[in-house]
Parts: sequence; C-alpha cells; structure tokens
Amino acid sequence: MLAACADPKGIEGLTWLTCYLTSGKHLDFYWSFGTVLLLLLVTAPSALLMGFGGAMAARSQIAPLRWIGKGYTAMVRGVPDIVYFLFFVIALDQGIEYVKNLMVCPAGSAWPWQGLEFRVCQEAKVPLASASQFAYQAYGFFLAVITFAIVFGAFVANVIYGAMQAVPRAQLETGEAYGMSHRQVFRRILVPQMWVYALPGLSNLWMILIKATPLLFLLGVKDIVYYARELGGTKTQAYDFPHADWRLYYFLGLLVFYLLMTRGSEILLGRVAAKLSKGQATAAGEAMRKAAI
Amino acid sequence: MNSCLQTIQDYGLRSIGIGENLLPKTDFTLCQQFTLIGSGLIWNVYFGALALVAGFFLANAIALAKTARNPWIRKPAEWFVFVFRGSPLFIQFFLAYELLVLLPRSGIEVLGITVQTSWLTKAWAGALIVLFLNTAAYSAEIFHGALRSIPKGDLEAADAYGISGWQKFRRIQWPTMLRLAWPSYTNEAIFLLQSTTLVFFSGFPAFRQQGDALYYANYFADKTFNPFIPYPIVAFYFILVTLVVIYGFGAVNRRLNRHLPQNMRAKIRLRPQVIR
Repeated sequence: MLAACADPKGIEGLTWLTCYLTSGKHLDFYWSFGTVLLLLLVTAPSALLMGFGGAMAARSQIAPLRWIGKGYTAMVRGVPDIVYFLFFVIALDQGIEYVKNLMVCPAGSAWPWQGLEFRVCQEAKVPLASASQFAYQAYGFFLAVITFAIVFGAFVANVIYGAMQAVPRAQLETGEAYGMSHRQVFRRILVPQMWVYALPGLSNLWMILIKATPLLFLLGVKDIVYYARELGGTKTQAYDFPHADWRLYYFLGLLVFYLLMTRGSEILLGRVAAKLSKGQATAAGEAMRKAAI
Repeated sequence: MNSCLQTIQDYGLRSIGIGENLLPKTDFTLCQQFTLIGSGLIWNVYFGALALVAGFFLANAIALAKTARNPWIRKPAEWFVFVFRGSPLFIQFFLAYELLVLLPRSGIEVLGITVQTSWLTKAWAGALIVLFLNTAAYSAEIFHGALRSIPKGDLEAADAYGISGWQKFRRIQWPTMLRLAWPSYTNEAIFLLQSTTLVFFSGFPAFRQQGDALYYANYFADKTFNPFIPYPIVAFYFILVTLVVIYGFGAVNRRLNRHLPQNMRAKIRLRPQVIR
C-alpha cells in the first residue's frame, strides 16, 4: 500500500483511483487472473494426455479397452458439459472422501450415504476441518482441474481419434512394408503425421477451454468472476472506498481480458498451423509449396 | 403409480408457475425428480427455439454484411461476431444483466409514453436477448464461411444465364449457402440448446424458483447430496432433445440436398463441442 493511501477518505481524483486500484482486495483480484492462467496451463496438457489415452484406447485391439475408449469419447455428445462440471465436482469429492473413509475411519463406521446426508468421520474429511483457508481453495482448484481434464479430455479424444483415422492408410502400409512393428508404425509414422490433422480441432478446443474458465466460479473457486462481483458491488460509507454499483465496469474488464486472450491465441495458433502444414500432403501444404515457387 | 400421476399434475408445469408452489423438501422420489427436471426443460426449449429462429435472420444479415465491400458495413459486422464469439457466454450473461439492471426502474419516457424496462432484467427476456445475439454471431460465421465456399462454377453459370443482383442471391447463392452450412448449423443448434443451461447459473436469478432443467437438478443434488440421480436425468432429457433436433434438421437437410445425386449429399455429423 502506498503512503498517500493511508487516509482513503481524504483523497480525491487520480490519487483516489490509484489507491483504490492498489488496495489489498484488488491485488487479490489481479492474482486471480493468475489462477485462471494456471488452470489453463495445468488443464491443457492433462486434457491432452487424457485425450491421447482415450483415443488410443478407442483404437485398441482389446475389446473391453476399446469399449471404454469409445464410451469416453461418446460421453460428451448431446449432453451439456456444465452438467458434467456440476456432477464431477460432487462425485469426485464424495469419491475421495469415501476412499479415505475406508482407510482412516474406525472399523464399523456407517455407510456414508444416509438419507439426505453424506457423512464420513471427522478424520476422513478432505480437507480436514482444521485446514487453512488456503487448503480449501487449493482443494477446490484441484477438483476443478481434474473435472476440466476429464471433460476436455473427452473432447480431445474425439479430435485425436479423428486425426488418427485421417492419416492416409498408404503411409502406414509403407511403414509395415519396411518391416516396422505395430508399435513402431504408431510411434514413427502415425503420431508425427496426426498433429497436422488434429490441429484445427485442438485449436478450436483451446478457444473453448479459455471460454470455459469462468465456470471455475460455479465450482466454488475464488476466480476473476468472483472478485468482479465482490469488488464491483455497491460499497457504502462503511468501506474505505465507497462507490456505486460498478459491476458493469468490472465485467467489461473481464470481457476485454477474454477477447485479448482469444485473439492472441488465434494469431499464435495460426502461426503454428502454418509451420505444421509445411511440406505436408494437404491443401494448405500444397498452397505453401506453390507460393514458394 | 397414482401418486406419480399426482406428482406430474403438481409439478409438471412448475417451472412456468403452474401447480404446487412449494418444491418438495424431503422424501424425494424418482418420479418427482423426473417430473420437475422435465418441467424445467420447458425453459431450455423456449430459450433454444426462440433464440434460434430469431438468430437465423440476424445471422443471414450479418453474414451478408461481412461479405460487403463497404467497410462501414463490414467492420461492424466483423466486430459483432468477434465480440460474441471471442468471449464466454457466461460473462456475456453477467454483463447483460448488469447493463439491464442499470436501466431506470420507473421506465424510460419516449415521446410522452413511459416504456417499462423492468421486464428486461427477467431471465425470459434478458437471457433470451443474449442468447439471440450469441447464436446470431456463431451462425453468421458459419453462413459467412458457406457463402465463401459456394462453387465458382455456380456463380459463373448464373452470370451466363443473365441472372444477377437480388435474383442471383435469392435463387443461387442463398440456397447453396444454406445447403453448405446446414450440417454445421445443426451442430450450432444443438450447442445453443445446451448452453441454455447456463442461464440460471449466471447473472439472471430464477424468479420464484422457476428455473430450467439444470436448475432443478442442482436443487435436488444440493438437497440429497446425491449427484448420481438428478444429473443423469438431465443428461437423459438432453439426449432426447438432441435426437429430436437431429431428426428435424435432418429433414431440412434432405430437402436442401434433394437435387443432388445420392453420393454428393451432405451428411449431418454430430461434432461435439462445448459451451461457449
């Protein structure tokens, strides 16, 4: 906090605004943008991993594994994903507490689902009742990341499965003709060529992932939407910085943030697509070759 | 069984304010959950259908505006699409709500007549406007892409026949655009229906506990601490609605493609996508 801000009621104009925007709560607000970016950074690779696993399972020779993979990729069709977000957060929470209940609770504890309650013994609570505020937030964030990874993993699995199917059959047969094993064909030919087919779908998903981050708010994490509502609400004289209902401006700020994020990603992904298309036997690759002549 | 019929009578239209006033508080039966969540689906269909129908016309206009040479027409259309496609629907709902709340509560004086504004803050109107603009932006992008991929030969043939201007648009460009865009547009319709579940979870409050399917599912999950029943019920209902949409849009697709040989007809493929 700046020295000039010691007496917020006595200052005016630009100084007031500077002090207002650097108050403790606002610093928390700025940090929450970091929460969103962290969510994106953690979720994107884990969803990619989940999706890759799902697509591999869906292509598997072993029937039960294939059914699981197909079921996982089919999960996201036709059902609003917000249903999954609401569902998985409770289900995961209860699942974790149930498993911990089996491990730490004294033998003979009651079955946790009792009528209208879900109850496990004190030691099995996650996080423990004595845990800090931070632990609660971190646990909520952790659940959110897993939920995002599961749901977006299913979308990614769809895209990657389609991309694997799109690699020309002749390419794989050539590999086999050279005496490569199934595994070698997969690793050396299928996966490297698949990305160029997967990229449009994946970049689309990345955009959607960015736009799904406000759902953190629904999952109970103190994210930017939470702070925008908190800080923007009418503040009476009892507060250091009284002001009218400013939520509109805060949400406008969020809107600009998201527009910048999506626009920036669009430009970046366009460059990646150009790079990947180079030398590929696709329309885009052919156009690049012609342009270079 | 009889008690279930009674439940349907009490709660079948609960989401639009007809029937029992109090929601069930204890002893939740499967029948109650199916009935109330199904009753909430009325809102989802209402939002989805109206936004889609109205959005279709605006989307056509914006897609055309995006192809215009005059930057005064093109630029606003591009910005409209960018803003609505580039930001989360969730934020759009919040923003719209805050904006509509700021309107004077007593109404606005226009030419001596007081125009009421309080109804705009209600979900049935406010959220519908947001969904309408949102789907218009997404559909406009689809239609714009289709307009750009009309085969050159079709347009040249039109020129050769001496068809130009409005006639060319009406008889050649527009039907072809619709035909090319229709599979994607079907997907857009499905995702719009799905995103209607966001309405009561964002800025717009549910009035007298009259909410959509997900609102009631969430109510049950909160009350029973058991997410394994209400959420699959929502999923079940939405899969039904999706099948109906695919059937209806498939019929239109067949009509749009009826002049083409069998192997050149576009097929509707459900491509999963998430809320925006």
